[in-house]
Parts: sequence; structure tokens; C-alpha cells
Amino acid sequence: MRARVAFSGAIHTATPCNGTNGLRLADGRLVAETDVVWLPPFETGTVIALGLNYADHAKELAFNEQQEPLVFLKGPGTLIGHRGTTRRPADAKFMHYECELAVIIGRRAKNVARAAAMEHVAGYCIANDYAIRDYLENWYRPNLRVKNRDGGTVLGPWFVESSEVANPSNLELRTFVNGKMTQQGNTRDLIFDIPYLIEYLSAFMTLAPGDVILTGTPDGVVNVMPGDEIACEIDGLGRLVNTIAADGAFGR
Amino acid sequence: MCTIPFEVAPFGLSGAVYGALLNHRSALAELGSKVAEPPYNAAPRAPVLYVKPRNTLALSGDAVAIPAGMTELEIGACLGLVIGRPACNVSITEALDRIAGYLIVNDVSVPHESFYRPSIRYKARDGFCPLGPAVVARSAIADPDALAIRTYVDGALVQVSSTAELLRSTARLLADVTEFMTLAPGDVLAVGVARPCPRVRAGQSVDIVVDGLGTLSNRFVAAAE
Repeated sequence: MRARVAFSGAIHTATPCNGTNGLRLADGRLVAETDVVWLPPFETGTVIALGLNYADHAKELAFNEQQEPLVFLKGPGTLIGHRGTTRRPADAKFMHYECELAVIIGRRAKNVARAAAMEHVAGYCIANDYAIRDYLENWYRPNLRVKNRDGGTVLGPWFVESSEVANPSNLELRTFVNGKMTQQGNTRDLIFDIPYLIEYLSAFMTLAPGDVILTGTPDGVVNVMPGDEIACEIDGLGRLVNTIAADGAFGR
Repeated sequence: MCTIPFEVAPFGLSGAVYGALLNHRSALAELGSKVAEPPYNAAPRAPVLYVKPRNTLALSGDAVAIPAGMTELEIGACLGLVIGRPACNVSITEALDRIAGYLIVNDVSVPHESFYRPSIRYKARDGFCPLGPAVVARSAIADPDALAIRTYVDGALVQVSSTAELLRSTARLLADVTEFMTLAPGDVLAVGVARPCPRVRAGQSVDIVVDGLGTLSNRFVAAAE
């Protein structure tokens, strides 16, 4: 596993330093994880996200059985790294996190069959894909004002190589708000699994290295407020932390 | 990757391309009373955007493949704004200062009836967003809200529209979009397509001409098996 961090005037690749909370930079320096700025852990291309891809979450939002994955796209401006801050507008009434397994493409994928799909995966990370429900409109759902806000998509902390993840179809996901667990699920409950999604997407769009698929979130999304610390965990991928801030911090 | 160098900062595109849905008067008018009915229930309030991902980007002169099993595609002739400086929560009066220049966007789509939750396979296919032929500096265009857009299929004029008919003007659109998402240098915002859209079949050529921006030309071909 490796991270991308800014430290001492440059961007570095960093790896965990066993037995400490520190990071080892590629140039040999050992630094505290709170002394660096964590960036999304890979150069991101197209960001592809799934809506309602866990049976329980679909039920939670009163959604009927699906014919086809509900896919939407996001732009680069929404991405931030571990320990970043996400703004909650003063007028929002329901803003929630979404802990998701992010699948990072490592090889060009066009018309890839299910059986060959996993060969195109470079690795994984955790995504926290915020939504503000108040802004949902019934046009091209989910509209970008809900799902593509600045700082609304947190990726990290680590890029974890696919070889380091034995079974991506059996990973527990957990979210904690201020230390209290509010969301729990397992990637075995994905409605459309990773090979299906790669086959489906690559049938009409060529996927390239750095493209990332956010595979959806399970049941248990709750409202979050300025000052809240949200931690998303996935087995083997680490713990992705971020905090919510009010308009004032952003000069609004 | 789609590279169109140009002579004002940031000198190249970022690769991020967004389109504004239903921002041309004719597009909302086409829906008529359906706008107020389920599943929409109301006209859009804030700008509704979609993403044209990097696999869709193409240049003038590139061939666009019509996917197997489809006979026609929609041509979405449109003005594209190229962002020059970070645009975050900009006011209407400062919005145009954030533009580096302009180009023509052909937002190609597979025809689809519903705008409620359309699959991305209608808009995100390889080659479905030709751009160009060049980025024209903002200083060369007196008024982005008064540009005629003409679409020709095999040389015949099939659609004429104008950016004067946008529901949100370019400045207003930038202000309302950047209230919720920052646009970065090199990002492109397609300001809205007139409807109904002309349709093309394999073997046809499309030329989109915008005052002062040149001609964006693409040939449509049957996809190779």
C-alpha cells in the first residue's frame, strides 16, 4: 500500500512505517501522518460512481428492482484526500457520507468479458462520497449539485495493490461518526459486483488506467454536521478520516 | 487524450468537460407540459450538469463511431466555455473574467426519451464529444450571448440556434454552477444544446459553425465489429 502526500514543498509517495503511525517517504524521511497533506492516492481519471448498489440501501431509499446499474460520473474538482475537510452549506438539512469500495483501473479496458475483468484492476482504496439530499432534482439524477460538490469525494488513505487484497468481494465496510459506528456492510452484498461493472462499462466506454469505480454504499447513512469527524473503514484498506466544516471556513 | 493547445493561459484543456442540461429555451419548450408531470414534477431549479468523460473527447476531423445496433445519433451543437482561472462562487459581474476562451462542442448522444435518470451509455461513449477546431481567446469574441450556431449534415443546413436563446446566460450559468462546484483552468462548460437535435446516420458528415469560432467537422461511421 502507498499514499501520495505533500510534505516539505513536494509531493511524495509514502508507505506505512510498521509499528508506528508514521509514514516513510520515498526519499527515506520518516514523518508523522498528521504532518503531511494527504492527496487522493493515485492520479485519477474518470470517476464513475454507482447509486443504490447494495440491496439494503436501495430499500432504505425506497428504490425498486434495477434492470441496469445506476451509474453517474463525477469531475476532478470534487476529489480530496484523507484528513481533508468537506463544507456543509448552512441551508442544507440532510448531508450524508457514503462509505464505498473504490476500484482503480490499471489497464485499458474495452469490451472486457467478466472472466477477464479482474485482470484490469490495479488496486483499491476507500471512498467517502458525500451527498446533500436537499439539492436533489428529478433531472439527470443524481444531479451534480448533490453529488459533485467541492471536497465531496474523499479518496484514500492508501492505494492498495490488487495483489494485497485476497477477496474484494468479502470486505467489511464501517463508518463512524465521532467514534460511533453508524454504517456497516459487506461488499459481498453488492447488487452488481466488480467483474459485472467492468464488463458493463467497458462495453460502451473504454476504461483507462486511473479511472476509478466507486461501487456504492450500504444501509446506514445519517446526517452529519460541522465539526463532525467521519471515519470510513474497509478491511485491509485502512481508515479514511475527514471532517465537516461550516460555510465560514470557506469565506461564505 | 484530447489536446488543443491555445495561446492564452492555461494553454491547454484539463480534460474535464461538463454540459448544462435544458439550458436552451427550445430544449425546455420541447418537453412542454411534461416538465411539470412525474417523474420530473418541476422545471430544473439549479443548473443540471452532466459529465462528458475523457474517453468521449475527440477533435475536429475525427470519425465518430455509431455503435453496433444503432441507426442514428443526436448532434448536440453547443458553445463551450474554456475556463482560464479558478472559478469558485463567482458573481455574474466577475464570471466572464474567468473564461480563457471559447470552442465548439458537439455533445453527441444516443437518442433517449427520459431525462430523469438516463444511463451514461447514452452520452459517455468513446468519441461522443468532439471539440474544437481551436480555442478562440475571450478577447476575440465581443458577446458570447449573441453567437449563431449552424449545424450542417452533408452540407445541408439542418439547425440554426443562438446563444441569445439560453435560459441562463453564460455569465449567469457560471455564477450558478460555481456556487456548488469550482471550475478549474482548462475545464470546459458546454452551455446548452438547442432541441430537437439533428440526427445523423453512418456515412454522414457534420459541420458545426459558430460565429468567430470556425467549423467543427466530424464524420460518422459504422462501428467496426
